[in-house]
Amino acid sequence: MDKGLVLLIEDEIQMRRFLKVALESDGYRFVEVGTAGEGLSQAAARNPDAVLLDLGLPDMDGLEFIRRLREWSRVPVIVISAREQESDKVRALDSGADDYLTKPFGVGELLARVRVAIRHAEMQASGRQESVFAADDLRIDFAKRQVFLGAAEIHLTPLEYKLLLVLVRNAGKVITHRQLLKEVWGPSYVEHTQYLRVYMTQLRHKLEKDPARPRFLINEPGVGYRFKDEPGQ
Amino acid sequence: MDERRPDPEALLKQVRQEEERQRQGKLKVFFGAAPGVGKTYAMLEAARKRREEGVDIVAGLVETHGRRETDALLEGLEFLPHRPLTYKGKTLHEFDLDAALARNPSIILVDELAHTNVPGARHRKRWQDVRELLCAGISVYTTVNVQHLESLNDVVYQITGVAIRETLPDLFLERADEIELVDLPPDDLLQRLREGKVYIPDQARKAMENFFRKGNLIALRELALRRTAERVDEQMEHYRRDQGVKAIWPATERILVCVGPNPRSIRLIRAARRMAAGLRAEWIAVNVEAPSHIHPTAEDKRLLAEHIRLAESLGAETVTLTGHRVSEEILSYARLRNVGKIIVGKPTHPRWKDKISGSPLDEIVRGSGDIDVYVITGDAPESAPRSVEKKALSPWKPSEWLWVLSTVAAATGIAAVMFPYFELLDLVMVYLLGVVVAAIRTSRWPALAATLLSIGAFDFFFVPPYYTFAVADVRHAVTFGVMLVVALVISGLTLRVREQAEAARGRERKTAALFGLSRDLARERKKDRLSEIAVKHIGEVFLSQVVILIPDDRGLLVVSSTEVGTFALDEKEMGVAQWVLENRQAAGIGTDTLPGAKALYLPMIASSGPVGVIGILPGNPEEPFEPERIHLLETFANQTAMAMERVILAQEAQKERVNAEKQSLRNVLLSSVSHDLRTPLAAIIGSADTLLRKGDDLAAENRKELIQSIREEAERLNQIVRNVLNMTRLESGAIQIRKDWQSMEEIAGAVIDRLSDRLNGHTLNVQIPEDFPLIPFDPLLMEQVLTNLLENALRYTPPGTAIELTARVQKAGVLVELADRGPGILEGQQERIFDKFTRGRVPGGGVGLGLSICRVIIEAHGGRIWAENRPGGGAVFRFTLPVEGEPPRI
Repeated sequence: MDKGLVLLIEDEIQMRRFLKVALESDGYRFVEVGTAGEGLSQAAARNPDAVLLDLGLPDMDGLEFIRRLREWSRVPVIVISAREQESDKVRALDSGADDYLTKPFGVGELLARVRVAIRHAEMQASGRQESVFAADDLRIDFAKRQVFLGAAEIHLTPLEYKLLLVLVRNAGKVITHRQLLKEVWGPSYVEHTQYLRVYMTQLRHKLEKDPARPRFLINEPGVGYRFKDEPGQ
Repeated sequence: MDERRPDPEALLKQVRQEEERQRQGKLKVFFGAAPGVGKTYAMLEAARKRREEGVDIVAGLVETHGRRETDALLEGLEFLPHRPLTYKGKTLHEFDLDAALARNPSIILVDELAHTNVPGARHRKRWQDVRELLCAGISVYTTVNVQHLESLNDVVYQITGVAIRETLPDLFLERADEIELVDLPPDDLLQRLREGKVYIPDQARKAMENFFRKGNLIALRELALRRTAERVDEQMEHYRRDQGVKAIWPATERILVCVGPNPRSIRLIRAARRMAAGLRAEWIAVNVEAPSHIHPTAEDKRLLAEHIRLAESLGAETVTLTGHRVSEEILSYARLRNVGKIIVGKPTHPRWKDKISGSPLDEIVRGSGDIDVYVITGDAPESAPRSVEKKALSPWKPSEWLWVLSTVAAATGIAAVMFPYFELLDLVMVYLLGVVVAAIRTSRWPALAATLLSIGAFDFFFVPPYYTFAVADVRHAVTFGVMLVVALVISGLTLRVREQAEAARGRERKTAALFGLSRDLARERKKDRLSEIAVKHIGEVFLSQVVILIPDDRGLLVVSSTEVGTFALDEKEMGVAQWVLENRQAAGIGTDTLPGAKALYLPMIASSGPVGVIGILPGNPEEPFEPERIHLLETFANQTAMAMERVILAQEAQKERVNAEKQSLRNVLLSSVSHDLRTPLAAIIGSADTLLRKGDDLAAENRKELIQSIREEAERLNQIVRNVLNMTRLESGAIQIRKDWQSMEEIAGAVIDRLSDRLNGHTLNVQIPEDFPLIPFDPLLMEQVLTNLLENALRYTPPGTAIELTARVQKAGVLVELADRGPGILEGQQERIFDKFTRGRVPGGGVGLGLSICRVIIEAHGGRIWAENRPGGGAVFRFTLPVEGEPPRI
């Protein structure tokens, strides 16, 4: 069972050991390096399916690594950061990383992120567009622009629909405030996070049974939003 | 026994002086009896030797007077370029102080210490330049002749008949670290002079005739040798004191010298200085302001101030006393200060004056008791005949003469009414009353005029024959005589009382001004306000514009007073102020240093050093401040300095306290953390070890339990570390609150999502109204608050019980509640649980920081957090958040 090749760039030996066991036992192939420089050459040589990047590397700034990697590769990058690196994390996401994990994290969380990242990349590569999206009792018909919760159709405004669309197309991945605002409202609105608050609240009240305990529309405070497509995970 | 022990105060003072000295450069003086003895030569030789040792030595200014041998020694020495200064059309080359400071050598050679600088240089005297070099840590080699010493000035004049104008304060020579006597017997010196080795030949003869007489040279040599011997003696005493040698420990002797505006006072001061130096005594120069003397002239004031300054420069303490009888004031002050010797001048005025008004000298001698009185050629301190003459020229005030005329006229009018009914003697009384009134309202001469006019009018109108000045009866002449004497005495007494009252008022004004300043300063806690208060008070008292400058972190002065009444400083004035701060001495207009400045600058010196500079701009630039005013200003400056120091110390103490608190917090944190981290760590290590060793033998169930325990304990560690880190970052100010319009529902959702696998069977009921508005808060910090509150509830309540999270809008904000059905909070603990390191009753909790973090965050948002017990059991945690402004419109 080969789920793909994961490249880990991390200088802490304990982290490498644990991640190796966790990923290999879940069916991934695994390459580990200790520096960003090696990471770049391994990424070029081995063409991994996903990259796990620690932000506190000794030889290169994580943002710099992503920028260089993105010059020639679209491989999904998951950033691993410590708590006090909130702003670094958001910057990394905005400059091309696909998702993040905050230390300490559980193995379930890790595997879910990797799985989502690889699946998303595959979908992007195939250029295939699903015509219908379904998660639990939520169903979206992209062609007809219709949203159903169970049997009932939910009426969304064009902006709400657009917002939901961006989140669903990236289901499982975190989308930063900036990215959402840019996609839905346009590049000149990237600072207007209160738009997001208001529309996300409306969307939650329409789609969630208990908006304070959402199943789908998850808030990542200070970072962005995530459409959780594996409820109960 | 005890009396023989060195006084601790004196020792401390000595230690401080030593420390001060360590920082300063060393002063070496090549001291000689006369020009030509070879001082410069000796200095250059010493310099060459040091240079060979590798010392960084520079010739700042060396005067060889064209002497060949000396010139030869200059070869190879580094020269500092001189500073050309134009004075009266001539370009003179002066010592360049700034260049020397910038070059900053180890040792600098500066010849002729007593030299007077050309106007335009920073200091008036070269020794002041040298003092500044020493303060900057540069050692100085210099030369000086004995005739330049201030205290020997008159002695030298007596010996040689040549008045030396370039003088050096004795104190400055005394502070020299080394004095090397350059001695040459007079015959050899004269021989050198004849050979033309001293001055260039045609100058030599003239000089020889005046100054270089053999008798002069012998006397000067004696002075120089004696001076050097005194110094050696002093060093011996210092040495003994340092070594704790049980030597004779003389009680400090005090000498008092009486000083007045009379030029002869200078001799008294010098004599006192010599005596004080000989006895190693303290000495006090006293001036008595006797109000019985009519106000001194400006010239007298100037002379007196000059004398006081001379005494100060020679190391005296100077005191001004006010009193009616000079002798009494001096004697009582002498007793007060435990003075052993009084020096007064020999009177020069005619003897009859003493017969009339009493001789102060005589009174001092008679009243001196066990105090020795030395009478030295000079003048009695209090008599100042010149000034009396000048006082006649006091300004003509028409209003006073109007008073004279009207009082005499009024007295005449009243007397005319009384004339038919009263005796002549009663009319005299009326006139006397008029004289008293005139004396009260006017000054001496108008009062005298009123007396004479009254007698004239009385004679003219009321003494037969009427309407002539002739007197029919001889008895009336007696009446006039008595009337004259009585009128004079009354007017004199009245004037004296008035003048005393005026003097007292003047003193009172000073005291009141000082009191006002210190009272206002004492009330203030802010440094900037202190400056403003000082500017206001000093400006009012001196009728001038005042500026206060405080050094910033780099030691550069910044104007601290911004109120009205201050003046702007250009770069040059700023430079003067900076100099004052660095050298702790007054400078600017009216002083010897940088007198070209617009304003006068005084350092504000507190006990720990200078805290700033006060600048004062005289109202009239032609009239700089009198020394008396400068003294008062110094007092004001010191008052302000002390107040500032108090504020600075208070701030430092506050900082210390905060630091101490932080330190104690850190200690508690360390002890608490070390315990709380070890418990979960022990569980993790234990479980992992068991798994490693026995993993295969364990039942699957047990193995899972151990793994579960590792997972849980690690999670607990994570919480502890997170809270400790957050608290530290919050308290150190590393976290800044970034408020933004946020959705409470969204944050609650994120928290619940994150904690969902730890709910442990609790039912969580969230009630946030659908129309709950956006409110301003920091999302990450609020997530922290809700996480901590929820974790707290999960930890302290039994599994399966209900937890309710509700939010509602209140007046001016929102209220959020988290209620549980656990055991509740111990009575009296509701407030304490928010304190740091306060833990609940359940084992396995955190460090006791969770709720404190909540409180810090909520309070930083302007809200309030508290806990209560619920009716029906359980606890409820509530917090409020203020809502200010309108949420942004979409």
